[in-house]
Amino acid sequence: MTTAALTLDNLSKQFGTVAAVDAVSIEVQSGELIVLLGPSGCGKTTTLRMIAGFVPPSAGDIQLAGSSITALPPHRREMGIVFQSYALFPHLSVARNVAFGLEMRRVQRAAMHARVAEMLRLTKLEAFASRLPRELSGGQQQRVALARALAIHPRLLLLDEPLSNLDAALRQEMAREIRLLQQSGEITTIMVTHDQTEAMALADRLVVMHEGRVQQIGTPEQVHSSPANPFVAGFIGGSNIVAGRLSDDRLELADGTAVFALARRYADKGAATLAVLPDSVSLVPPGRGLVDGEVELCTWLGAVVEHAVRVAPNLTLLTRGPGLGPDATPRHTAGTRVALRWEAEDERLFDSEGRAVQAVSRETSHA
Amino acid sequence: MARADAVVQAAERLVVLALITCGALLIIVPLLLTLYLSLFDEKLILFPPRGYTLSWYSAIVPNFGGSLVTSLKLGAFSVIGSLALGIPAGIGLSRHRFRGRGAISMLLLAPLTVPGIALGLAIYVALVALDEQLGSMVTGSMIGLVLAHIMITTPWVVRLCLASLANHDRAAEEAAASLGAGPLTVIWRVTLPAMRAGIVAAALFAFVISFENLELALFLTSPGMTTLPVAVLQYLEYHIDPLVSAIAVAQIVAIAAVLLVLDRFVRLGQVIR
Repeated sequence: MTTAALTLDNLSKQFGTVAAVDAVSIEVQSGELIVLLGPSGCGKTTTLRMIAGFVPPSAGDIQLAGSSITALPPHRREMGIVFQSYALFPHLSVARNVAFGLEMRRVQRAAMHARVAEMLRLTKLEAFASRLPRELSGGQQQRVALARALAIHPRLLLLDEPLSNLDAALRQEMAREIRLLQQSGEITTIMVTHDQTEAMALADRLVVMHEGRVQQIGTPEQVHSSPANPFVAGFIGGSNIVAGRLSDDRLELADGTAVFALARRYADKGAATLAVLPDSVSLVPPGRGLVDGEVELCTWLGAVVEHAVRVAPNLTLLTRGPGLGPDATPRHTAGTRVALRWEAEDERLFDSEGRAVQAVSRETSHA
Repeated sequence: MARADAVVQAAERLVVLALITCGALLIIVPLLLTLYLSLFDEKLILFPPRGYTLSWYSAIVPNFGGSLVTSLKLGAFSVIGSLALGIPAGIGLSRHRFRGRGAISMLLLAPLTVPGIALGLAIYVALVALDEQLGSMVTGSMIGLVLAHIMITTPWVVRLCLASLANHDRAAEEAAASLGAGPLTVIWRVTLPAMRAGIVAAALFAFVISFENLELALFLTSPGMTTLPVAVLQYLEYHIDPLVSAIAVAQIVAIAAVLLVLDRFVRLGQVIR
């Protein structure tokens, strides 16, 4: 087995009594783009800052191609970093910004000019070489930051919420550019974001984090279709989350206001959480599904149509279906009585510890 | 309703205008009077004058040349000294939250709160005691004067440096470090350029404060080494003639020129808030 490009081994960071990062272990393969994804305060940025060397870990080890860099100061780690604020040098021209890392490495003048010109060409900034950062748009500043980070042939590229300061249209364009640059250069990359769409679009593998811990590591498809626990299910794809008491093929809400028939039969009993993606839930006539409810709101978004369905006084579930074309979901007005159903393979159940509960039979009579 | 609002607004504008005019007059009238007096062709200040002359201006250098050089040298040394002390202090105080930070920042700003006369007397007594103990000759020397001036100029330097770093994005320093810059290179290539406006303003402030200072110099100068304000005061004890006005005008013009030139490089309004 080849050595991973980057290994985080039980990396932890304690701020006072709070564990900002709690025993995070990740292996990143060479050329891979890994996205650390989670809500704010989940420890993803602290993890990135430990990799960069700005925050000393409380415990654990960071290895680059098999050798520990935990004790190295930031300026000896040879990493290219793109900051959320871009952090360009305001007093230096675009070309001087890009050249900065090369100057620090005492690269020969001619070689430096050639490398800067190449980076400006790759990031389509040739026309702006002599401008100051404040004379550029947000997207252009972003590209300068990227060019500056990549000019030094970094051993690792770190991206800290690189797209969050851009407007929606530019964000998608920049995401594609970053992905193209990263893939053509086979640059091992760690990116941090709280935006799951962004993460899905860019990542080879996702690392979902919550409260300082890794919740799940996997390809976007794996994480989306088989979430490891209710948190991941809720955070990725916005699954409907229903907490209740499980017995055989029924789930009763904790407050007793509704009983769900399940698509599968389970051996476990007791507290459990159901997670179903809105895209997997379909609307059927009352009494013909797994749980009855009343349409509260119908939202047509063009490509998709969403129904919010109240199934209990304190519980509303979301369904999502195609909004256009021959298979378009019929739209229901508020107040319509409906039932919700989903296929057995789309149903996820987790026990009170957050572990997936295995079904004993493939399907029940409900499905 | 709208009409009443308009009247109130007009009245407000009138009051503001009147206040501004008063303020401007308060500043400008003494300056104009000084300028007027400096042109009197009289040995004593008599009104109205017999005539007008520029000869007082040509008498400045013969009478005050030596003390002017002393003041300029003192100002330059004070600027260098207080920048050397205040810039690192400003960077350190803005960057780190360490134990004793509050105490150090108070110590650095404390001289601002002590009346200059009290400070001058205290420093004089301390220097005399020091000289007696060590047999040194600091009292009445340039070194003693420079050290005392550094004490009162440094607080301004620290304050201006802190202000110039208040909006500084630390990420730029981290970016420089990630690109291979060691801690000192980061300060030289990123932090100091970001503080440029503040440092220029601090140097200017330090110079002006040192150049105009009378209270400390009163105790710490000695024959043969007198600063301009002290020399002017001594001159006033025996003569009341337009020469003093001429000096004042020359000083005002010189400082105003420096300010105007500096304002072209640094937006002073942004630094001093």
